[in-house]
Amino acid sequence: MDYELIVIGGGPAGLAAAYAAWAKGLRRVLILERDRELGGILNQCIHNGFGLHRFKEELTGPEYAGRYIEMLKATGVEAKTDTMVLRITQDKCVSFLNPVDGYRTVRAEAVILAMGCRERTRGAISIPGARCSGIFTAGTAQRFLNIEGYLVGKRVVILGSGDIGLIMARRMTLEGAKVLACVELMPYSGGLNRNIVQCLRDYDIPLYLSHTVTDIVGKQRLERITISAVDADRRPIPGTELSFDCDTLLLSVGLVPENELSRQMDVEMDRRTNGPVVYENMETGVEGVFACGNVVHVHDLVDFVSEESSRAGEAAARYILEGETAKEPLLTVENGSAVSYTVPQRIRPAGVDKNVKLFFRVNRVFGKAVIRVRSGETQIACFKREHMAPGEMESVILPKALLPQGGVLTVSAEEVEA
Amino acid sequence: MKELICIVCPRGCHLRVDEEKDYLVTGNSCPRGAEYGKNELLHPVRVLTSTVRLEGAAVRRCPVKTRQPIARELMLRAAKALDAVTVTAPVRCGDVVLSDLLGTGIDVVATKDFPKTER
Amino acid sequence: MDDVIIIGCGVVGAACAYALSRYELNVTVLEAGSDIAAGTTKANSAIIHAGYDPVPGTDMAKMNLEGSAMAEDICRRLDVPYERVGSLVLAFDAADLQCLQTLLERGQMNGVEGLKLLSGEEARAMEPNVSGQVQGALWAPTAAIINPWEYCLAMAETAVKNGVRLHRNCRVTDIRREQDGFLLTTTGGEFTAKYLINAAGVYADAVHELIGEKEFTIRPSRGEYYLLDKCEGQRVRHVIFQCPGKEGKGVLVAPTVHGNLIVGPTAGPCVPEDVSNTAEGLRQVCERAVKSVPTIAFRENIRNFAGVRAASDVPDFIVRESRSVPGFFQAAGICSPGLSAAPAIAKRLTELLSRSGLELHEKARYDDSRRRLRFTRLTEGEKNELIAKDSRFGRVICRCETVTEGEIVACLHTPIPPCSVNGVKRRVGAGMGRCQGGFCGPRVQEIIARELHMDPVDVMLEEKGSYILTGETKGGGARGL
Repeated sequence: MDYELIVIGGGPAGLAAAYAAWAKGLRRVLILERDRELGGILNQCIHNGFGLHRFKEELTGPEYAGRYIEMLKATGVEAKTDTMVLRITQDKCVSFLNPVDGYRTVRAEAVILAMGCRERTRGAISIPGARCSGIFTAGTAQRFLNIEGYLVGKRVVILGSGDIGLIMARRMTLEGAKVLACVELMPYSGGLNRNIVQCLRDYDIPLYLSHTVTDIVGKQRLERITISAVDADRRPIPGTELSFDCDTLLLSVGLVPENELSRQMDVEMDRRTNGPVVYENMETGVEGVFACGNVVHVHDLVDFVSEESSRAGEAAARYILEGETAKEPLLTVENGSAVSYTVPQRIRPAGVDKNVKLFFRVNRVFGKAVIRVRSGETQIACFKREHMAPGEMESVILPKALLPQGGVLTVSAEEVEA
Repeated sequence: MKELICIVCPRGCHLRVDEEKDYLVTGNSCPRGAEYGKNELLHPVRVLTSTVRLEGAAVRRCPVKTRQPIARELMLRAAKALDAVTVTAPVRCGDVVLSDLLGTGIDVVATKDFPKTER
Repeated sequence: MDDVIIIGCGVVGAACAYALSRYELNVTVLEAGSDIAAGTTKANSAIIHAGYDPVPGTDMAKMNLEGSAMAEDICRRLDVPYERVGSLVLAFDAADLQCLQTLLERGQMNGVEGLKLLSGEEARAMEPNVSGQVQGALWAPTAAIINPWEYCLAMAETAVKNGVRLHRNCRVTDIRREQDGFLLTTTGGEFTAKYLINAAGVYADAVHELIGEKEFTIRPSRGEYYLLDKCEGQRVRHVIFQCPGKEGKGVLVAPTVHGNLIVGPTAGPCVPEDVSNTAEGLRQVCERAVKSVPTIAFRENIRNFAGVRAASDVPDFIVRESRSVPGFFQAAGICSPGLSAAPAIAKRLTELLSRSGLELHEKARYDDSRRRLRFTRLTEGEKNELIAKDSRFGRVICRCETVTEGEIVACLHTPIPPCSVNGVKRRVGAGMGRCQGGFCGPRVQEIIARELHMDPVDVMLEEKGSYILTGETKGGGARGL
C-alpha cells in the first residue's frame, strides 16, 4: 500500500480532512491538488467573512486557507499540486498526472473525495441571444480580477444573486466598474443577507427579484442585455422587458458538485444534492471512500466545510486504524415538507459518537418556523427558527439517545402561527 | 425604529434599532450585533479588501485588507488609494503594505504569503 | 499571379484547396474570418449523411454519395474523428411510414447501400431510448458522425503543408477582370489569379455579384441546437432523424465524436451570420426532440448554439462556372448535405478547372497525411515517454476534457495556428466541456499570450473586437503574464 489515505483536492475540504486524519494518527497521507497551489477557491475569495466559527475571528479567504496550510506544514502530510486525478477505482487505486511524476497510479487504504464544485454556466440555463464575448461566470471573473489582476468589463449586469455574484458586484465597483443591476429569477435572493446589504445596498446597486435575462445582444463583445419579469412558473412575462447597455454579464446561477470521478468509480449519488450519498461519518456507499465539502453538497460557509471535512478525515483515520463501521442497524434520512435535501442521507446509530449533525436546506423563505424531525409518525425532535431561506444552509443536532434503531427519519420545516 | 440585517457574521440576524432609546438593539444573537446596529445608524464602517501590485512572485497581485474597518463612505477613495501601492516578494501575511490609509490611522495589510519566485 | 484563388475557407474551400494541392499549381485561399471554418462549417449537425434524402439525379444526390464515400478515407488519412454509427429515420404514423418508403426508394436510386426498413420493435431493440410511439424506421448503416471543424482544418492544413497559401482576415471587397485573370481587393491586401473559386458560404451571392450578374440568391437559414454533457452522450448510439418536412431534415438526436449528445436543429430564415439563439427556437428543439427520444435530460445542457445554412433559391447545389464571368467558378448554395458532399464538390470543380484549360500535373512529392497528438488516447507508457520529453504534457489545463498544456502549445505552432481562445478550443478541445472554459479560459489566454508574444488583454475570444479583458487593475503594471 502506497498511502494510508489519499485526499482528492487541496481546497478547504481536502485541507481540513487531511489535517484531521493526521491528528487522529495517520502518517502516510497524500493530498492531490489540480491547481498550482493549495487553498482552492479561497485563494480568489479575497473578501472577509470567513472563519468566525472555526477560528473565532473574521478572516479573508487567503488567510483562512493560509491557516490550514500552516497547520499542515507542521505535519508530515504530503501534497502534490498541479496534479490532476484522472481515475479512482473501487479498490482505491488513484491515477493522476502531473509534470513531475508523469502518469502514475498509487494505492491507498482509504480515499477522501474533496473535489469541490463548479459554477453553472450559460448553457445550463439556456439563456437565448448572441454568443459574444463579455459573458463570464462570476468565479471566472473573480479569478481574473483577484489573482491575475485584470478587469473583465466596465458596465456590468449580474444574473443570479448567489454569494459570488454579490461579492463581485462590490469588488468590480471598487475597481471602477459600474454595476447596473443584479437580477434574480426567484422571488428571494440566493445569497446571504449580509451580502445583499454590504455588496448591493452599500453601492446602490438595484436587485431585481423575479426577473431573468431574456436576450443578449452583441456582435463581437456584449453590447446590451434585456431582462424580463417572470411569473410564478418562472416564465418571462411579455411586455416587462427592460434593457441595459452593458459590456459584461456575470452569471452567479448556482454551483454543481464536481463528481465526475465519483460517478466514474460508481459511488452511489443523491439526485437532490448531485453529490454522493453519505453516512453519518461522511463515508460514501463505497467502503473506505469518504466525501466532504462542496462535492457532497454546496455549502454557504467555509467554516462548515472545514467542520464536515474534519469529521471525514477523522472517520477515515478510524476506518484505517480500527476497521469498518457495522453496517446495521441503518436509518435513512428523507425530505419532509419544505426541505430540499438532507446530509447525511444515512445514519448508522452504531457509528454515532455523541450526536449527529444533520444539514439541510428549505425550499422557500420562512419567518418564524419549526423544524421537526420524525421517525415514522413520531416526532423525535423539534427546533425553532426565526428565519430560514433556501440560500442559507440549516443544521440541527440530534443526540445519539434520540436516534431510533432503524427506519426512516424525515426532516420538515413548518410555519409557526403568529 | 429601524430594521437592519446584521452583517457581522454570515448568520444575518434581523435587527431592530430604536433611535429613541439610545439605539437599543433587539433581534441580535451576540454583543457584536448590538454594536453593529448602533454603529450602522451613527457611523457605518466596513473592512475594505482589495489587491495591490506585486513584483517578484508567481502572480501579479497581492490580496490585502484594512486591519480595522474604515468609514463606509471612504471605501471607493480607499480602493483608489491602493492603485499607487506596489509590494515586492517575499511578502508575509500581515505585512503592512500601506500605513495610515487616508489619514484614518488604519493600516492595509497583506492577506497571503508570497515567496520570492524567479521567473 | 496565382493559378487559383479560393474565396472562403469553410469545408468546401478547404476541400478545394486540399484537392488542388496535389498539383503543380499556385493556389491561395482567402478567408474573411480570423480563423478558418468560421461560418456554416463550425455550427451544424456534424453528420455525414448516407444520401437517401436528395432527389435522384441532382448534384446534391450525386455529390452526397460520392463525398460521403470519400470522407471516411480522408478522415483516416488526416486523423479526423469519424465514426460510421449509422442512422435511423423514425416514423410515428401512416404518413411517416409512407415517407420512409419514399426515402428508401430514393436512397436505392441514389445508390445508398444497406438501407433497410425496420418495425417499431426492431428500431427500439437497436435504440432502446426511442419513443414507444415509433411505428417503424429506416436504417442507413453508412451514415456517420464527424468533427466537421477538424475535417476542414485537416484538409486546409494538409493543403498548406503542400504549398497552398492561406490568408486569414482577408474579406474580398472587390473583384476586377485583368488581362489574363482577376484582381481581388481584400481587407488584407490585393491578390491576382487566373481562376477563382467562390466558396464564400452565406456570402457567395454577394461575392459573385462583385463582378458577375445576379445568377442566384443565398437564402440563409438558421438552425438552433443543444449540446448536452457527456453523461447524456450514450442516450442514443445512432443518428436519430424524424421524417423530413418542408423545413428540411427536422430535429435530430445524435451522439458526437466528442462523446456528447447533439440535439437540433430548427430552421428559419435569418440574416447571414446571425448565430444567436432564440427562446422560441430552443423551445422547439426540446419539444420536437422528445418526440423521438422522450428521456433526453435537457438539464444536462452545456451549450446552445446556432448555425446558418447557406441555402440558395436554387433547389440544388450550384457547382459550375459563372455564366457571366468565365474563369469564375461557383460552389454556392451548399446547404445540407454540404458537409458530406464537400470532397466531391472539390473534385467536380477540379475537373471543371481542368476542362477550362488549367493544366493539372501531380506533384512528385505530396504529403497526404496528418497526425494530431491526442493525449488522452495514448497508453500509459506513451504518456510518460512524452512527459519525460516535455513536462508540459503532464499539466492538465482543461479539466473537463483532459487537455494538457503540451497539446495547447503544440497547436499554437501548427501550419494554421489559432489566435483566439475559441481557436484553441476548436483545435484541442480546451473549454469544450461541461464547465465551458470557466476554469481553463484564463489559463488558455495566458498560454496564447506567452506563446504568441502578446499582451493578454489583446487575446480575443474570437474575432477582432471580441475582447475578454478591458484592462489591468491598479493602473496596470507589475510584470506581464
